[in-house]
Amino acid sequence: MTRSFVFRNPSVLIFLALLALFTLGVTAVSEGFGVGLMSTSFVKTLGKTLCLALVAVAMDLVWGYCGILSLGHFAFFGLGGYMIGMWLMYERTRGIVETSLAEAPIPPTPQEVVDAIGNQIFGVVGSSDFPLVWSFADSLTIQLFLVVALPGLLALIFGWLAFRSRVTGVYLSILTQAMTLALSLYLFQNDSGLRGNNGLSGLQNLPGLNAVPQSTVSVWFLWASALALGLGYLLAAWVVSGKFGSVVRGIRDNEARVRFLGYSVESYKLVIFTLTAMIAGIAGALYYPQAGIINPAEIAPIASIYLAVWVAIGGRGRLYGAVIGAVFVSLISTWFTGGQAPDVNLGFYTVKWVDWWLIVLGLSFVLVTLFAPKGIGGLFDLIADRRRPDRHGDDLGPDQGSLREKEAVE
Amino acid sequence: MPTRSRIVSLLACLALACLALFPGPLAAEESGIQPVLQAHRALIEKASRRTVAKAIDAIVGSGLPQAQTVLESWQAKEMYQRQSDGLFFRGKEIDRNSVELFDFDSGSDLGAMSGADLKQLKPNSGVRGLIGAALVRFQLTDPDPAKRHEALDAITRDAEPSHLEALAASIAGETDAAIKAAKERMLRLLTIRFSSAENERVAAIRSFKGDIGVDARAALNPLLATKVMFSAAPPSGNIAHELSPGSAELSVHDAHALMVAAGAATAIPTIDERKAALIAHIDGGRVGGVPIGQLNTQAARDRAYAALARDGLVPPFTPGEDAETAVKNGRFWAIYDEPSAVVTSAAATTLASISTSVGLNQALDLTLDALSLASIYFLAAIGLAITFGVMGVINMAHGEFIMMGAYTGYVVQQIVPDYTLSIILAIPLAFAVTFSAGVAMERLVIRWLYHRPLETLLATFGISIALQQLAKNIFGTQARPLTAPGWLDGAWELNDVVGISYIRIAIFVLALVFLAIYLWIMNRTRLGLETRAVTQNPKMAGSMGINPDRVNMLTFGLGSGIAGIAGVAIGLFAKVTSELGQDYIVQSFMTVVVGGVGNVWGTLAGATLIGFLQKGIEWLNPSNTLAAQTYMIVFIIIFIQFRPRGIIALKGRAAGD
Repeated sequence: MTRSFVFRNPSVLIFLALLALFTLGVTAVSEGFGVGLMSTSFVKTLGKTLCLALVAVAMDLVWGYCGILSLGHFAFFGLGGYMIGMWLMYERTRGIVETSLAEAPIPPTPQEVVDAIGNQIFGVVGSSDFPLVWSFADSLTIQLFLVVALPGLLALIFGWLAFRSRVTGVYLSILTQAMTLALSLYLFQNDSGLRGNNGLSGLQNLPGLNAVPQSTVSVWFLWASALALGLGYLLAAWVVSGKFGSVVRGIRDNEARVRFLGYSVESYKLVIFTLTAMIAGIAGALYYPQAGIINPAEIAPIASIYLAVWVAIGGRGRLYGAVIGAVFVSLISTWFTGGQAPDVNLGFYTVKWVDWWLIVLGLSFVLVTLFAPKGIGGLFDLIADRRRPDRHGDDLGPDQGSLREKEAVE
Repeated sequence: MPTRSRIVSLLACLALACLALFPGPLAAEESGIQPVLQAHRALIEKASRRTVAKAIDAIVGSGLPQAQTVLESWQAKEMYQRQSDGLFFRGKEIDRNSVELFDFDSGSDLGAMSGADLKQLKPNSGVRGLIGAALVRFQLTDPDPAKRHEALDAITRDAEPSHLEALAASIAGETDAAIKAAKERMLRLLTIRFSSAENERVAAIRSFKGDIGVDARAALNPLLATKVMFSAAPPSGNIAHELSPGSAELSVHDAHALMVAAGAATAIPTIDERKAALIAHIDGGRVGGVPIGQLNTQAARDRAYAALARDGLVPPFTPGEDAETAVKNGRFWAIYDEPSAVVTSAAATTLASISTSVGLNQALDLTLDALSLASIYFLAAIGLAITFGVMGVINMAHGEFIMMGAYTGYVVQQIVPDYTLSIILAIPLAFAVTFSAGVAMERLVIRWLYHRPLETLLATFGISIALQQLAKNIFGTQARPLTAPGWLDGAWELNDVVGISYIRIAIFVLALVFLAIYLWIMNRTRLGLETRAVTQNPKMAGSMGINPDRVNMLTFGLGSGIAGIAGVAIGLFAKVTSELGQDYIVQSFMTVVVGGVGNVWGTLAGATLIGFLQKGIEWLNPSNTLAAQTYMIVFIIIFIQFRPRGIIALKGRAAGD
């Protein structure tokens, strides 16, 4: 079975090989394990990019294959980050608090330690008590479980409500966007229990591993991110390759027809939506320890739209397209907005890329949508099509699926 | 009237003249205000807020008409003391070195005098306040209505018992109806506070039934102030009610503290006090025989503390003993500071009726607020109701069109300084700018994507981020002002509770105007007819000789242009930044989706629902507008479950599917 799966999807094998090569290469030039040609912060940027690629794969699964343009997947990404962030922050603060309390004349009781941690963490929002959501913050196992379970649960409830009432197309997009907005506004409050707009910080320090330098930790996280991306890609490829995948693509192309064929369209959509939310949660849990800080601005609606932009530029409906889009756009954005790109002097005006990059990105995105709907991934078709005759007609989206090609052209 | 006062003053002058002539200057001083001043010379010279009251009372108590002049000149720092004999005079500074003096009693000009021989009295602000309070009785009957107003204001700020009598006396002679009403109201307020007759106070209290004035509540609330007492039997005094510890009015901690103060309970050392006691009694690495290293549990600490207590080093403490059980045995009473039960019960009844009418007025105020918010949402969404609702185009850059409108207004104001004129100019200009932007966008991007709505969403989002960044590059990131004309400043205030600013009224009116324009265009013009035809069936419309391309272009331009005008209106009360549109885009889509696509009445219903809902939630949780928005969105998500096509759903052929 596995052999035939790989045989049917040679791109998976190529992708995994490239990913492994990339990881080994970065390791070899990193400061932590290799010759030190690459700075630790850049290793972190690459690690973060891999996480973004993973959430892009999830987005491709839900949008490119299932036709649900979710503008809320960064909410799940952020939730995963918050869940791991709570444990990291709690344990790290515990370390600090225990050191400072050791100076006290008599040793602290466990309750005193917890109170001091609460004081330390929630001092910025004028509180000192642990809210209910922090109940399990001292347990890594439970928080790791929540990284997957919480986004999954939210997606399950939201998806069940939305799909059950047959909200589709742009309405669903707006609804998911509203969900993200609601979540980020909620987290922006100081009494939400997650430190309001301060967010969680200091996440780059692993508790109990103070002696390990960041250069090493960054490579560990790179490996973890690469592993997660590899497994996520494999899972996504497996999900879309079988009979299940065919039904999912059928839903994208013509939901009503699949429903009339007797499939429970809502269940399929719900499975895909929930699964991708879980993958997004995992990606977030790996991303934020590398970023070091998470705050509610990260899950503002705009972030999820950017996610859609990456997938669209990379080419949706093909998993490697999503990865290419996320890696390409996020790295090039970092380059342009980080001030590294040289300014262009036009004589009468100097183009500063920090100011103009978003305009270029926005317009190029419009161009891609208009002229290259297949995105960068479409370039691979040029190679592939040499071997295979072009037998299929135009791609028909969900709204046009019931039309025959001839009708649609009109 | 004038003749009589002239006769009186003539008589007074005669009398003064007689006094001055006949018994000699000494006698004149005896009967005038000067002796009063001299009697309290020390207090006046070194006036302080604490001691000066006696002197002021004496001046007022003299009953002389000059008292007002004395107090006024003293308050205005125009009273001088002659160094040679210590007499006080009203002085008028001529120049730096000389002062012209006037006698208080005769009013005669005593000529200029060198400043070096005089001491100017400079009362501090506290003393001036007291003088002002004393002056009130004179000002209440002042012929100048403005002065009488001032006097009433002074009483409002700083009332004292003596005002009651003065105010009552002044009412009969009051000629101005408005001031008379204000005086009568003030008299009732003062009666509540200072009158000694219980029945008068009760009558005054009852007269404020249902009155929503802040002053009435300020006078009534102190009557119901209580203090908590611990007593086994009901104590004497005006008992409000019995309290149970742990309620909102009396915390367990406070109740216990009261019992401890009365000697009915022993103080329980808190956990921090016990810890501090342990630290204070560390003795050779051990506390009470327990090694320090073991003190990391509460049980071990309690053991060590018990050992210390046995030795009498610390106050005793039994683990498990807490304030909660101790206060169970006590009875606590709330006692009114006001001794009269009749007065307090009347005050309680009146306050209850006041809070009912305040509640009703607040509901009215909230309704006005909600209406104004609804009209803002409606303004922001009506353009979208055309582009999204009628044409089905998802325009994520709609918010940026609103922003462009607001910036157009800002630019116009830079060129035309007159605010009224600039707003009148800005509205058509904003329409023109965003109309052309909309047409350009439709021609260049959207018309290629009519069959791919999701991709329209993405492409217009690309335009949205580009436009936002462009605005940032041009106008910078700081907020730009768009100033409303002067006649829109201020607020329409119905009473102390209900009020709404004129800008919001203007926006409400503008929203109604837009609704009318929309209905007119859609139902009464050729463009509206063609738009509806093209939306329902482009091919059929085409065969009827309508050019669908042109109609789509114009319709999209119209929707965008309306967004621009909305931008001018929104910019008047919100900050104009490049993110202005972003703040409204999701809400606008929500408004259209909730209301029902393709029907402007739906948009109106959606805006109203969202506006009222948000204000309602804010009212339940006033400190937190973020939470209100969160709950509102959650509500909308749930609402769409039950009415996926919005409040007003199109049916049949118009629904388009």
